[in-house]
Amino acid sequence: MRQVLVLAGGLSHERDVSLRSGRRVADTLAHSGYEAYVRDVDPTLMAAIKDSRPDVIWPLLHGASGEDGALRDVLGALDIAYVGSRPASCRLTWDKPVAKALVGAAGISTPAGMALSHATFRELGAPALLESVIDSLGLPLAVKPARGGSSLGLTIVRSAAELPSAMVTAYAYGDIALIERFIDGTEVALSIVEDAEGQAYTLPAVEIVPDGGVYNYEARYTAGATEFFTPARLSGSVAASVAAVSLTAYRTLAHQHLSRVDLIIDADERPWFLEANVSPGMTETSLLPMAVEAAGRKAAGVYGAIVERALSTT
Amino acid sequence: MGDSYHAVCDSAYPLVPSIPGCRERRLVMTSPAGQIGSRLDPWMQSYARRTVGMTTSEIRALFAVASRPEIVSLAGGMPCLTALPMETIADTVAHLLRTQGLTALQYGSGQGDPTLREQILEVMSREGISAHADDVVVTTGSQQALDLVTRIFIDPGDVVLAESPSYVGALGVFAAYQAEVAHVASDDDGLIPEALEERILDLKAAGKRIKFLYTVPNFHNPAGTTMSQERRPQVVESCQRHGILVLEDNPYGLLGFDREPYDALRTLSDDGVVYLGTFSKTFAPGLRVGWALAPHAVREKLVLASESAILCPSAFSQMTVSTYLATSDWMAQIKIFRELYRERRDAMTQSLEALLPRASWTHPDGGFYVWLTLPEGLNAKAMLPRAVTERVAYVPGTAFFADGTGQRNVRLSFCYPDPDRIREGVRRFAGVVQSELELLETFGPYDATGRGSGPSIGVQSPAPDLS
Repeated sequence: MRQVLVLAGGLSHERDVSLRSGRRVADTLAHSGYEAYVRDVDPTLMAAIKDSRPDVIWPLLHGASGEDGALRDVLGALDIAYVGSRPASCRLTWDKPVAKALVGAAGISTPAGMALSHATFRELGAPALLESVIDSLGLPLAVKPARGGSSLGLTIVRSAAELPSAMVTAYAYGDIALIERFIDGTEVALSIVEDAEGQAYTLPAVEIVPDGGVYNYEARYTAGATEFFTPARLSGSVAASVAAVSLTAYRTLAHQHLSRVDLIIDADERPWFLEANVSPGMTETSLLPMAVEAAGRKAAGVYGAIVERALSTT
Repeated sequence: MGDSYHAVCDSAYPLVPSIPGCRERRLVMTSPAGQIGSRLDPWMQSYARRTVGMTTSEIRALFAVASRPEIVSLAGGMPCLTALPMETIADTVAHLLRTQGLTALQYGSGQGDPTLREQILEVMSREGISAHADDVVVTTGSQQALDLVTRIFIDPGDVVLAESPSYVGALGVFAAYQAEVAHVASDDDGLIPEALEERILDLKAAGKRIKFLYTVPNFHNPAGTTMSQERRPQVVESCQRHGILVLEDNPYGLLGFDREPYDALRTLSDDGVVYLGTFSKTFAPGLRVGWALAPHAVREKLVLASESAILCPSAFSQMTVSTYLATSDWMAQIKIFRELYRERRDAMTQSLEALLPRASWTHPDGGFYVWLTLPEGLNAKAMLPRAVTERVAYVPGTAFFADGTGQRNVRLSFCYPDPDRIREGVRRFAGVVQSELELLETFGPYDATGRGSGPSIGVQSPAPDLS
């Protein structure tokens, strides 16, 4: 029986989500013929991996070292097969402004934005800079940490007076904040997975309608706080276009095995790329598992194919 | 893939008619365009109104990291149990099971073990209380007593008076029973009697029904303060005159560092005060043994309410506590705890003095907590992610108010980490405050309205098993 070591937890702000994702995936794999177990990332991890030599490692760490490529570099050095995108791809995706630039260069629309460090504000003076941000991008704005997931630190800014507070909130999570023009529209998440032969395909788009209008942390992880439509209520042509856009983003960012692309579709039916995730949430309220079910597929089969694919990836 | 959409349905989802021929699936309803979506919770429409505040939260998620050893947690409220004589307790429990196992593992009385209730009188006498064992109800921690008292007194919309700040676990109970919490101004000497009187008059003038005053008079959680001896009779008198019951919650009373305990509020009124006590801080919280001492009519309702909630408190736990009290020098053990916590309090306040010149804080002479006020313009809740990055955790002050205030406040606990870890934690915390001050300098004071929270049910505070 193949051994799959699921890594979950870690020291990031998203530890809680990661633990839930990890247990969920390990349970699913355990029910489909794998010997799957979950382990936290701590100073004993490397020795444990060397000892037990699992067949595959599935890093289900969200945030920081789990998604920025660092841990995957280590797994590569240990010469162990692992699930998910390679380190360089992770680094490009983890840095949202970089991902936006790459995906934008591939011809996909992404909201106009600026990535600003606290140091920039300090040097140039906040009032003048904030004013020029609003002059340039308009209102409303979405302000979020340049790195990080689960919408932690996200604020939708509707008036100039709210912007300083939103900046402070984002900087609590990291040194760089991404300020984007807020696109009003239909929020959808596209999950992409590979089959055992390495063919990437999109799962049905999941449409997200949070009660409070903003898909923030509470809306993501409180069962019932968000209404989901699977598949999204899109016309055939729009559904095809978001699927194509997501696959382009997947390939542009050189993702592997599984990923999720978050988009907004505006009133003119134009999809806008917001961000991509190399380690999408896999909890009971997460979007990828929902999309798997919406496709009429069994999570066990899909995850198993991902593991098999990881085994044949060098 | 398109064809497969039709093959999926969720027969458990009550709002959507089932599609004939579908196989049963969990979680997601796949619907043709335009229909009702899924909320991942088929019971969404069924929950009681009192569950409104029961959501996940960003804050709660951040505490998940605090259990890792890399983090210095100044957030939890776990007593330090390493000072307990574990071998002796193990022998006691083994002996208990061998000699009285059939009673210890059986259902017991709803009101609680009669022997333990007698012993509880002895514990309470240390704070001047003289009472009858008939009026003691043993509960699953004093938290359950808090729940029972609220259950038998509060209709939705009734008012509970509470200190500012107030114990987060009590605010959760009050929210669950849909009480309105009215905070009363408090200072280093506890509740301010004049403010209490004024608040009562204002609320009455507004046509509100005030049911009880909830107070933690000794070594307050989270404020770290103690109600002065001078104010105690004034507070009790004021409540009695207005027909308001006093709910005196006293988990830390015997954990004073520098003096003998003050007499409990209960010594000032037999029929106007319900007193709550616990063995969680003086012995072991894992046993979940607390109690209420109540006027006899109230006590009768408490027993019935408790029986309907849990039938009876754990006989095994009660007999363990009872045997411990009977066979050990439990006051000497409390003295050991006091010394231990005093040393930790000193480590914390000395570090704060050295490292946080721009903040102010209370100077607890007992209990577990220091209540800190950050420099003007800072927001403790917004700062928490930065603290987690810097490997230190605390509880933001907004958790201890029902009205979203407390943004500049922080609860730091010194009960669990040892003095060196406390010093390291305060050092990290000071660095976080400094970084946040730099942000403030850049962005100026900003409008933080709406960033506090409304009534919530524990979502802003860590779970009880956090160190």
